Amino acid sequence: MALQITESCVNCWACVDVCPNDAIFQDKPHFLIDDMKCTECLGDHADPQCAAICPIEMAIVNELGEFLNPPGSLTGIPIEKLKEFGLWREAA
Amino acid sequence: MELPVISNNAPAADGGCSSSGCGSAPDALAHLPEHIRAKVQDHPCYSEQAHHYFARMHVAVAPACNIQCNYCNRKYDCSNESRPGVVSELLTPDQAIKKVLAVAAEIPQMTVLGIAGPGDPLANPGRTFETFRQLSEKAPDIKLCVSTNGLSLPEHVDEIAKHNIDHVTITINCVDPEVGARIYPWIYWQNKRIFGIEGAKILIEQQQKGLQMLTERGILVKVNSVLIPGVNEEHLKEVSKVVKAKGAFLHNVMPLIAEAEHGTYYGIMGQPEPTQEMLQELQDACAGDMAMMRHCRQCRADAVGLLGEDRGDEFTMDKIDVMDVDYEAAMVRRKAVHDAIIDKLEAERGVAKPKPAGIPAGSRPVLMAVAGKNGLVAEHFGHAREFLIYEASPDGVRFIGHRKTELYCGGMDACGDGDVVEAGASESLLDRNIRILSGCEVVLCAKVGYEPWAKLEAAGIAPNGEHAMEPIEEAVMAVYEEIAATGRLLPQADSLKVA
Repeated sequence: MALQITESCVNCWACVDVCPNDAIFQDKPHFLIDDMKCTECLGDHADPQCAAICPIEMAIVNELGEFLNPPGSLTGIPIEKLKEFGLWREAA
Repeated sequence: MELPVISNNAPAADGGCSSSGCGSAPDALAHLPEHIRAKVQDHPCYSEQAHHYFARMHVAVAPACNIQCNYCNRKYDCSNESRPGVVSELLTPDQAIKKVLAVAAEIPQMTVLGIAGPGDPLANPGRTFETFRQLSEKAPDIKLCVSTNGLSLPEHVDEIAKHNIDHVTITINCVDPEVGARIYPWIYWQNKRIFGIEGAKILIEQQQKGLQMLTERGILVKVNSVLIPGVNEEHLKEVSKVVKAKGAFLHNVMPLIAEAEHGTYYGIMGQPEPTQEMLQELQDACAGDMAMMRHCRQCRADAVGLLGEDRGDEFTMDKIDVMDVDYEAAMVRRKAVHDAIIDKLEAERGVAKPKPAGIPAGSRPVLMAVAGKNGLVAEHFGHAREFLIYEASPDGVRFIGHRKTELYCGGMDACGDGDVVEAGASESLLDRNIRILSGCEVVLCAKVGYEPWAKLEAAGIAPNGEHAMEPIEEAVMAVYEEIAATGRLLPQADSLKVA
């Protein structure tokens, strides 16, 4: 059970500092989560911390490929606008 | 700590920088107690007078953020834009130290090192304070400052004081959570993402608490506010009062930058940016309550050099790696340069500021735009990257702000191209540049071409090339006296009849 970082990641380091398991490491082209260390924060926090601080929609997914922060959920930009500006995509 | 009221809403009898790019702006800081004035006299972001001579730099060591603002997009990697939150090269603390020492040796006028992002410096306490710790050890002659959204400020105030950081900028856009919810969609607080009014309320509480804690410790606080039309323009007057009461000593109201291509919420949703008039009106309204900063250039989180110029390209990590810096020697040179500038500023402070002569009582003020360089009317209209805006009134001449242009004149070969409407654009660059001068009645420049001349006149702005290479404030005053002589500054009998 582990979360993953997608290519939407902008390498802002926010998740690295808040992960209770030190599971996130720098890589090219973007940060990655060590699936041996990630616990999805079970037992530590009510919400997975990387997803709670990540400013980028669609950057963190669960094992099913579902976005923890789907398009529009963080910015409040309506789906039509996201589509108009090419900022929308279906879950993996 | 109680600070005396200082104000730059009316020209002061003394002070001003008569030989500088911003001409006769009153030195609002001259009225501060000596120990505070000494703290800001060489800080370009706090003292308008200082910003003509002293340079600053930002190091981008703080990428993470703990809130979302509707005017910000966290995809910040761009080298061609100049606006807050944008950087090209993120640095580790060690790289940042190397860069600061190299810049300080190369640009001895550099007095200030700030950490301003690209995220929130206090959401990156490890990287931010490691940078400050090393710097206070290796470059004790550099002033340190930090800017923050304020969310984590209270918990870091002691650490800030410990590192001898005596200037902090807090961005405060509201004191009402309902207004805040329209600016901040969410915050990250105590391990949770908190949306809307609830999040905005916590942010506001933390900002106010942090502000108070800093001023109680004698740390100087500047408050930045982003003017967002229809969201907080009326509310900012209240913000100005509140932050002044809590001890902030300077308020910097900046215009919202919201373009669709930046990918921000406001940009995509078509939120309008404020007009120049709206910004100035609000700055003037707030100026009754506290000192307003009008020379801010809204710089990048990795800016280097004087305000309004960016020399960041000269100091990329690959170039710094091959520089050989002897900082001990540099410090000696830096001190000599700083002392000479301070002496010059001290001398200027003693000079009384002239007032325009022969102006009838009741004359209205006039706004003029100046294409200036090094304190002189020295630029061609088409070559100006920014116009400095001055207000002339019976009390004297004061600097109001600057307006950025889009360069339209590419020299002889491309002459005239500026008046062509490019595909997809709604107006030509020349028309745009004339539009940003709205409200001004005169534009002073070294030279102006035939085509812009006609268009300026049609727009009601008198082009004036008569004062080329003269000191700006003297030129503005001379033109004001000329207009006064025509009787056009007094209320017109005709218009009274109509009313």
